[in-house]
Amino acid sequence: MRKLALRDEILLQVDKPARYIGNEVNSVMKQKEEVKVRFCMCFPDVYEIGMSHLGIQILYDMLNQWDDVWCERVYSPWTDLDAIMRKENIPLFALESQEPVKEFDFLGITIQYEMCYTNILQILDLSNIPLCAAERTEEDPIVIGGGPCTYNPEPIAEFFDLFYIGEGETQYRPLLDLYEKHKELGTSRRDFLMEAGKLPGIYAPQFYEPVYKEDGTIASFSPTVEGLPQTIQKEIVMDVTDTYYPMKPVVPFIKVTQDRVVLEIQRGCIRGCRFCQAGQLYRPVRERDVEVLKKYAVEMLKNTGHEEISLSSLSSSDYSGLEELVNFLIEECKERTVNISLPSLRIDAFSLDVMSKVQDVKKSSLTFAPEAGSQRMRDVINKGLTEEVILKGAEEAFRGGWSRVKLYFMLGLPGETEEDIRGIAELSNKIAAVYYETVPKEKRNGRCQIVASTSFFIPKPFTPFQWAKQNTKQEFLDKAYLTKQSVMEQLNQKSIKYNWHEADASVLEGVLARGDRRLAMVLLKVYEKGCIFDAWGEYFNNDAWMEAFEECQVDIAFYTTRERGLDEIFPWDFIDCGVTKEFLKREWLKSQEGVVSPNCRMQCQGCGANRFGGGVCYENKN
Amino acid sequence: MKIRIKFRKYGSMKFIGHLDIMRYFQKAIRRAEISIAYSEGFSPHQIMSFAAPLGVGLMSNGEYLDIVCREPLTMNGTQMKEAMNQVMVEGVEIVSVRALPEDAGNAMASVAAARYTVCFREGYEPDFDWKSQLEKFYQKLTIPVIKQTKKSTKELDLKPSIYELFVREENGQAAIEMLVDASSAGNIKPGLVLEAFYKENGADGLEEAALLITREDTYGDRGTGETHEFVPLEDFGEEF
Ligand code: SF4
Repeated sequence: MRKLALRDEILLQVDKPARYIGNEVNSVMKQKEEVKVRFCMCFPDVYEIGMSHLGIQILYDMLNQWDDVWCERVYSPWTDLDAIMRKENIPLFALESQEPVKEFDFLGITIQYEMCYTNILQILDLSNIPLCAAERTEEDPIVIGGGPCTYNPEPIAEFFDLFYIGEGETQYRPLLDLYEKHKELGTSRRDFLMEAGKLPGIYAPQFYEPVYKEDGTIASFSPTVEGLPQTIQKEIVMDVTDTYYPMKPVVPFIKVTQDRVVLEIQRGCIRGCRFCQAGQLYRPVRERDVEVLKKYAVEMLKNTGHEEISLSSLSSSDYSGLEELVNFLIEECKERTVNISLPSLRIDAFSLDVMSKVQDVKKSSLTFAPEAGSQRMRDVINKGLTEEVILKGAEEAFRGGWSRVKLYFMLGLPGETEEDIRGIAELSNKIAAVYYETVPKEKRNGRCQIVASTSFFIPKPFTPFQWAKQNTKQEFLDKAYLTKQSVMEQLNQKSIKYNWHEADASVLEGVLARGDRRLAMVLLKVYEKGCIFDAWGEYFNNDAWMEAFEECQVDIAFYTTRERGLDEIFPWDFIDCGVTKEFLKREWLKSQEGVVSPNCRMQCQGCGANRFGGGVCYENKN
Repeated sequence: MKIRIKFRKYGSMKFIGHLDIMRYFQKAIRRAEISIAYSEGFSPHQIMSFAAPLGVGLMSNGEYLDIVCREPLTMNGTQMKEAMNQVMVEGVEIVSVRALPEDAGNAMASVAAARYTVCFREGYEPDFDWKSQLEKFYQKLTIPVIKQTKKSTKELDLKPSIYELFVREENGQAAIEMLVDASSAGNIKPGLVLEAFYKENGADGLEEAALLITREDTYGDRGTGETHEFVPLEDFGEEF
């Protein structure tokens, strides 16, 4: 039997000890003597969040299919255990073997959001791995990062030996082969990293150097040793049907965020909303075969025993096999007494029909994401959802018995006016009015409930808005206040509830999203001050961050509210995500004119992603 | 058909709390493709009831849950046990699967007593001569304790709730064994008995981590009311 890394006394003292013991259904045990590479996969947040992430499940399954590799998992110890581990000098351990992470060959960290950066430092620190890659020795694991934030890895570049840019299914085999070869030959860490940096999609940051201009922007960015590429092209799986997918995902003991079977139906998005990073990063759209998905659903339900299944993708309504798949699942799930959790769908006859079949209409709500209050602003952001469509969808839904509506908006979009902001309240009001017009008094179940939520817009790399100014904290708050005021002025204000996000974290997220290597200092400093779990409101300490910026003399405004010139070299420009800078520039200029761009299926916009030779770019073209 | 499942919980699984064990079994039963019956209504749930919740940190050789299966059955008891053991994790083992008579009370209501083995964790042994003192302690006519619940603290006499209490060998080490009331009305935790024992001997507060507790079995009562006749819950059912 395995010996746990933590004593009983500790496990009985911390909240949810199940986070730290491993042993879950479908977790993989191997003999360490029988493998050549030990890989520890990390999601730098608490277990319940990390275990809900599909990407890790895919890679965990893939790596463990290989006989020469044993992949284990680690998550951020929650603050209670964190304190104990520091006090008692207990090294961070992997869940399966319960052995120190430091003994592994690789530590792979998936980086899903900027606010987890201090948790990356926590993981390294508790593992006794030097925080800065330059200080690591042959004794330390190779620390490799992946995930959406690595499309601008620069703020955290100092902490990583390698980054894997793009989808994980393609280059891990060559990378591990290379590692095994180096291990056999006994070559140095540095040599291995340099060779690894020549593989497609692999970025070895310590061999690159930025040169800054006097104004702080980048003059040049290039490799410092010969043989390494000037640009790193993202990796992508073109045939998403014939690739890895975990038939036996790990089933946690405790309730996690995503406590269900997850079927990824497609990758990418045809829409091209100008604020959306995922919509650009994962181009082109590639659909998974519907027959294969049906087979996966049945098998995964059987192997996990989950009582719920959900679909995952961007803009699921655009998946061409959706109707067939959903109808199949409804039948299959009825037989198995399994629930279906639907992704947010475009509201139309089909989606209302399936929603009424799988949800309790009285309790569930409709979701619209207009993202902006006015049509003008929706054109600017290229969100092709019109007021007419929203009102018509709402009307149909109200007739069908729904009375709750959730609306999602953003504040702080480029060129936003007061009018646009008031539009949020006005649109909410109109939807409420539709309810009172559509549903006769005797059929009403009290008021309708409209919940409008706003988040603050943060410009992200590889979007047409990467050049845009971000609002200051004060502007954000003023806008939220204005929204609230205008909601109160509406006729149906009693039916509308308005929620807004916290502004401090949005400012910080903006800095980190478009930051550069000079932010590493700030991260180290703020970590020294004890910051971890910044994504958790109760632990986010904005004052500490502000102090750290000041002490490091790093100017927040340079990264957030500064308007960037069209010719500026961005820290992330050396990465090629498929979409060209030319295309993004075109979209940025079009947005300023309020001109919309049709989606990939209506008319190709020549974004550049067709060079991957597949997906939506070649649909019906054989 | 009502079916009673007996299982063991040991090793790292002792850190999985009662609610999560319930979730674990809901999923395990699906994986094993047991034809469990579901409740009616918009969100049907499996018809399943657990005997007595086991605290986090405790191990057990005698945990029980009852389920209702749709008929005709697709598996006999042995097959069911096998199918479930196929999908268990290390630390949970199905010991027996038996059919209950139609009129049997559910697992939770049937619980009358539980047997525990209590060992001291290394370095936590009490510093008085506990082996010889235990019998004397049990001879007492009353054992008053303060029982603290979320809402109230009340004084209570443990003596009538302790049916057996003695020292025995466990893996070459001395251990305390006890059979105590585990009914929903009068459930006694072994820690409470030990606390009273410590106090009686003038020893300092018992640390939570000091005890290694294993529930050996859970019992129903076939007695007349005046006398007890404790029977392991599995014996209320029959092989099928
Ligand atoms: S090349 Fe055209 S079709 Fe392909 S992703 Fe880009 S815009 Fe869409």
